[in-house]
Amino acid sequence: MRAAVVLFPGSNADTEMVHALGDITGSPTSLVWHKDAGLPTGTDLVAIPGGFSYGDYLRPGAIARAGAIVTAVRAHAERGGLVLGVCNGFQVLTEIGLLPGALVRNSHLRFECRDVFVRVAAAGPFTENVGRVLRLPIAHAEGRYHADEETRARLRDEGRIAFQYCDEAGSLDPDANPNGSLDSIAGVYGGPRGNVLGLMPHPERASEPFVGGDDGRSLFDTAIRWHEKKSRAA
Amino acid sequence: MSDAEPRKDGEPGQRVAAFPGDLPVDFELAQSHKLSQKEYDFLCQSLGRTPSYSELGVASVMWSEHCSYKSSRVHLKRLPTEGELVIQGPGENAGVVDIGDGFAAVFKMESHNHPSYIEPYQGAATGVGGILRDVFTMGARPVAALNSLRFGRPDHPKTPSLVRGVVAGIGGYGNCFGVPTVGGEVQFDESYDGNILVNAFVCGVARTDRIFYGKAGEAGNPILYVGAKTGRDGIHGATMASDEFTEEGPSQRPTVQVGDPFLGKLLVEACLEIFGEDLLIGIQDMGAAGLTSSSVEMAGRGDAGVEIDLDLVPRRAAGLTPYELLLSESQERMLLVAKPGCEARVLEICDKWDIDAAVIGKVTDTGRWVIKATPDYDPTVDDVAPGPPITVCDLPVAVLTDEAPKYDRPQATDESLAGLHAFDVSTLGVPTDWARELLALLASPNVGSRRWIWRQYDHIVRGGTGVRPGSDAGVVRVKCERDGKAVDKHLAFSVDCNGRFVQLDARIGGAMAVAEVCRNLACAGARPIGVTDCLNFGNPENPPVMRQFSEAVDGIADACRALDAPIVGGNVSLYNETDGRAILPTPTVAAVGLISDEKSIVRSFFTADVTILMLGEAAGAGLGGSEWVHQKTGKVVGPAPQIDLEAEVRLQHLLVALAEQGAVTSMHDLSEGGLLVALAECCTGVGDETPIGVTSGMVGATVDVPSASPEVLVGEAPSRVIVGTADPDRVEELARAAGVPVRRLGRTGGDELVVRAGENEVCRVPLVEAQRARESCLEPIVGA
Repeated sequence: MRAAVVLFPGSNADTEMVHALGDITGSPTSLVWHKDAGLPTGTDLVAIPGGFSYGDYLRPGAIARAGAIVTAVRAHAERGGLVLGVCNGFQVLTEIGLLPGALVRNSHLRFECRDVFVRVAAAGPFTENVGRVLRLPIAHAEGRYHADEETRARLRDEGRIAFQYCDEAGSLDPDANPNGSLDSIAGVYGGPRGNVLGLMPHPERASEPFVGGDDGRSLFDTAIRWHEKKSRAA
Repeated sequence: MSDAEPRKDGEPGQRVAAFPGDLPVDFELAQSHKLSQKEYDFLCQSLGRTPSYSELGVASVMWSEHCSYKSSRVHLKRLPTEGELVIQGPGENAGVVDIGDGFAAVFKMESHNHPSYIEPYQGAATGVGGILRDVFTMGARPVAALNSLRFGRPDHPKTPSLVRGVVAGIGGYGNCFGVPTVGGEVQFDESYDGNILVNAFVCGVARTDRIFYGKAGEAGNPILYVGAKTGRDGIHGATMASDEFTEEGPSQRPTVQVGDPFLGKLLVEACLEIFGEDLLIGIQDMGAAGLTSSSVEMAGRGDAGVEIDLDLVPRRAAGLTPYELLLSESQERMLLVAKPGCEARVLEICDKWDIDAAVIGKVTDTGRWVIKATPDYDPTVDDVAPGPPITVCDLPVAVLTDEAPKYDRPQATDESLAGLHAFDVSTLGVPTDWARELLALLASPNVGSRRWIWRQYDHIVRGGTGVRPGSDAGVVRVKCERDGKAVDKHLAFSVDCNGRFVQLDARIGGAMAVAEVCRNLACAGARPIGVTDCLNFGNPENPPVMRQFSEAVDGIADACRALDAPIVGGNVSLYNETDGRAILPTPTVAAVGLISDEKSIVRSFFTADVTILMLGEAAGAGLGGSEWVHQKTGKVVGPAPQIDLEAEVRLQHLLVALAEQGAVTSMHDLSEGGLLVALAECCTGVGDETPIGVTSGMVGATVDVPSASPEVLVGEAPSRVIVGTADPDRVEELARAAGVPVRRLGRTGGDELVVRAGENEVCRVPLVEAQRARESCLEPIVGA
């Protein structure tokens, strides 16, 4: 699986994304600057890392105006290619319309960095065992998932709620919801084949024992298997 | 005054012309710029004429305590600054220490106290931004940040908003920039009610062949301005740093700078790209006193001169005068000296990152600092200059640097000290309910969990944080690759100071601060490689304060020598007082340590079913200045603290050896709250990291102590560490061989902390209760 990590000017979680994809799971990984004309030939997975792209000046459409790379990412997604947006990358995917909903300010109004539990709520290219509980870190000020009732009902019906905040046992305890996300939503699938995933927790920061846990690695390993299966089928 | 005779200017200097709008310069104006009569006379004599308005402003900031270290320089010379691994000691933007394999750690700590009191969010944010720039200016990618904070008493009406603002500001800058904040410390004391402390530390890693210095080089080299456009913010920030506050307070808001972490992030990426292409002679951050100090310092280091045309400076405000352009402290700006012919490439890289850049002048060989600007010309409005530029400043560089005033200020013993020492702690009696005492200590804002604070910092960005905040030291893995060879470096960080001990004995307290940060590193398995300090004190013109300062410097020097941990940089913050009342003397010390390999990393928290040992023994009762005595009396009183530096060195060497041999499962040193608190932290500290509602991971303990006396249970004598080990015989053997006292305390297990003295149970505290007390410690200040 060939991965491309897209760098926006304020991306700052690219180091760990490249490390998780390239060093830990052994996927050839290249960096793509947002002003570049397109994705490297043969890109299978596009990862949009966390950060503060465009600083505090992020507004709907601000990213879309940014350049050719967004058009290329959208085309990749529409062809069924894998797209992963983590934290600010999830925000970017909602901004450019690849995923529904929006990420708004945490209900407690603070930036918060800590470990949380999420349960896998849907199977997809990045997730297999529905109900499995993962311990992953969050690090955001604007991670409260928001979408209207109709959209959330559609997400539920279509099995596109990928992750939900939960307690250690997997229950959707309101106290375990760190930011006030509606329906405890931590991650959402989109794209024509469920091939686009956005989530607020950082799987790439929990992919090896050295950093305190490797639950996040399962997302990358699952994506690799999904990609290999798809390649064999094709 | 300086040792050197005032230098007569060779040229009459009549070329300097008044700029439209300049105020007429006389001593009265100089006084409002905080220059003394002697300093003003020296300036006039040096120039052979009356300075221009801009020159007066420039001299006042360059001679400010903040920029010139005029009261502290004579003392700082006594600090040990050299060592086998030191590549660059104090005097540059940051210190540089070799970490092997062609890489170096680049680090420094700086204070941003006064701005943070006036405007907590921006003051703290720009403090972090400034120290980040100091580090990446040297060619280093920032890899870790820490901070040391001091606030007034918890129930002071201003404390909650100051805590919230400062913490949010530190997070706001560091989180966006993308540097993990992996540690810190915070204390509350009424002496900081009107004068909080915000000390920020950053460490970066650079290739040893790509370290950049603030030098100007040969005449003719082009000078470039890179980064944010200049505005009016922060004018006279450096001189404000030398003001005392009065209760009438903060009418000084306009002098606080405003940070833009997003631009700071773009700036670091652009600079690192420029560094990679060998385009530069030198580079300097525009920090305090902005364009002035950066260009003066660069010229001063190379015995060069500079000539700058202010018409070319990018600006965001209309009608900026030369005075304002020179003294603005707008953030996120750098001054670069390029190799001749490389300007175009530098500008091209800046364009890629969408940041402003312009050639604004050149290096000369005149030894003079020459500034030009065109009257009645505003590039933000006018297309063309109406005439040729005139010279608004023409000063000998040396007058602003080496020949700047310096003082050996008078010192005197603090007469009140004897009274503080005379307090008899035995009058406090021996508590009967130690469980209650322990829970009260754990719930103290000075002792309990800091997670409300560090959860607002992204402490794991970049994916290399191996030990998060809350343990004795934060540990970060840095992936280093050079010439096809990849190697992981594991760096440990800690910052500390107990101002109460410094208050009771400045020399011992200074030594204890260094000993504690290095001990924290050793508890993580790291050897210290270098130290940086922020010396926060009151008014140096007050002789007892000057004595405190001088003695604290000696104490720091004593411990740095003993522990072979050179001081490679730092800063001094004086005049920290309100209405004549000084802060507790607070010489904050941060240390960087190197861990030999990943397997040697040790954390503070107990693991299940191991033996608990105590290494080291108390020198003295350790009750003077302790948290327990403060809780009982509300005062910093009691016998002066003591430390045996030789015993400390033996202990720390042993700790690193135990870590490297894999002989221990946890190590944690005793500090605020003594043995009881340290045990409770070993049992529950891991709970700070776990998700909400998770208590698994906490490990109880049952220990035996020699007696249920305050000195044993809550004394804060230094040089003692609690270790957990599955092989106590081996640890005891190694301790004896190292000449370190060792004693078995007990075993881990269960879900309570039980302490016994002989037949008697001293206390029994369920871990959930201990953790609840620790977690609640900041609630009185910031809410639940």
